[in-house]
Amino acid sequence: MQTEPVLKGNRLALSRLLTQVENDAPEGRSALAELFPHTGKAHLIGVTGAPGTGKSSLVNQLTLHYRKAHQHKVAIIAVDPSSPFTGGAVLGDRVRMRDLSGDDGVFIRSMASRGSVGGLAQKTAAFVQVFDAAGYDIIIIETVGAGQSEVDIARLAHTTIVVEAPGLGDDIQAIKAGILEIADVLVINKADRPGVENTERALRSTLELAHPTKRIIHHHGRMMTLEAPVTDAPLWMPPILKTIATDGTGIPELAEAIARHKSHLHQSGDWASRDRARLRSELDAVLQEELMSRYLNGSHREAYEQALEKVIRREWSPYEAVRALLNGK
Amino acid sequence: MTEKKIRVLVAKPGLDGHDRGAKVVARALRDAGMEVIYTGLRQTPEMIAEAALQEDVDVVGLSILSGAHMALAPRILELLKANGQEDVKVFIGGIIPDDDMPKLKEMGIAGIYGPGASTEDIIRDIREAVKP
Repeated sequence: MQTEPVLKGNRLALSRLLTQVENDAPEGRSALAELFPHTGKAHLIGVTGAPGTGKSSLVNQLTLHYRKAHQHKVAIIAVDPSSPFTGGAVLGDRVRMRDLSGDDGVFIRSMASRGSVGGLAQKTAAFVQVFDAAGYDIIIIETVGAGQSEVDIARLAHTTIVVEAPGLGDDIQAIKAGILEIADVLVINKADRPGVENTERALRSTLELAHPTKRIIHHHGRMMTLEAPVTDAPLWMPPILKTIATDGTGIPELAEAIARHKSHLHQSGDWASRDRARLRSELDAVLQEELMSRYLNGSHREAYEQALEKVIRREWSPYEAVRALLNGK
Repeated sequence: MTEKKIRVLVAKPGLDGHDRGAKVVARALRDAGMEVIYTGLRQTPEMIAEAALQEDVDVVGLSILSGAHMALAPRILELLKANGQEDVKVFIGGIIPDDDMPKLKEMGIAGIYGPGASTEDIIRDIREAVKP
């Protein structure tokens, strides 16, 4: 078995496998297939929020807490943006995570978004599978500094933490659609700064307006409804917590809220339905990619190029072009 | 299959707190299309080797202005080797006296750049060094 060293905890093998997966190398694909039966155990925690709210510092403190209080093995995937022009990136999240070095129970991997726009990279979900199979109990995924619509994380993580900081916007920001709606736990970091009461009030009124009976998610352009499961379990109201990540204030309470959310997911049946939704979107993404590359690598390349020319000359709309291509004309 | 990116760890070992040079280089490498993992100030050799392992980098770039290069460089090379990463290329930027350069090269340092070195040279040398 190619992946045996990874399953046995060899860190160099794990690291090299992540590179193969990220580059979509054939070895990476076959390793993922071998590892997949070993996945499904880890608690996936997403951390998202605007740039500068202190996501990396919060991840640092939360991980320290998990190591000290529970001895959980923790993997951190820290995503930062790639330049749209050169494809290069500066990945700087480790700067805030230096307290975690020297601990074999922690593995931090930085990831460039490589052209993805939803706040994650295309291969982030595959990284999660590798860490899950390698025996990490908790996998923390820190997104690109996200504004309003980078909500892919909610599809990937079991528990999504949205980090806010005082003074970042008025209360109209709080009622816009998007990032606040995906929060399972809301954190106001930098709670020693002025304006924290206003931020808390705005967030609280937003949450009280929301009635999370069922979740409707946007899935490859289609609206999909996740029905609220029929149980007696109470609905989850996202708690609002205050932290100061630089000194660790509020971190035990945050870990406790995450644990409560995890047991809520199990009791309500949401753990299974989120798992299903996540795997479905992964399956769809792979299917889409594979169909596209098979189509173009087959005998259709020429027809495709001709159709493209017609679209450019405005003779066909993209819809007409696709209809013609799929009908084999 | 997507294109293989060159991954570079930029680190500042030792106790001096001047990281402007490291940031300029990090940015230049980014603009050359590389993925740069920036780890910040006051890194121990152990922290640098651990980050290089977790990030599976091709290159480690060290910024050393403190004069401690003859102690730090061999230690970092040794730790990389102990982790099975002897194929990682190590470059140094900073203030390195002429007398020390051949000794560092002999140890296995792939390139040394003093004040006024051009970022184009650094980029070209990195590309050359990591060629498969």
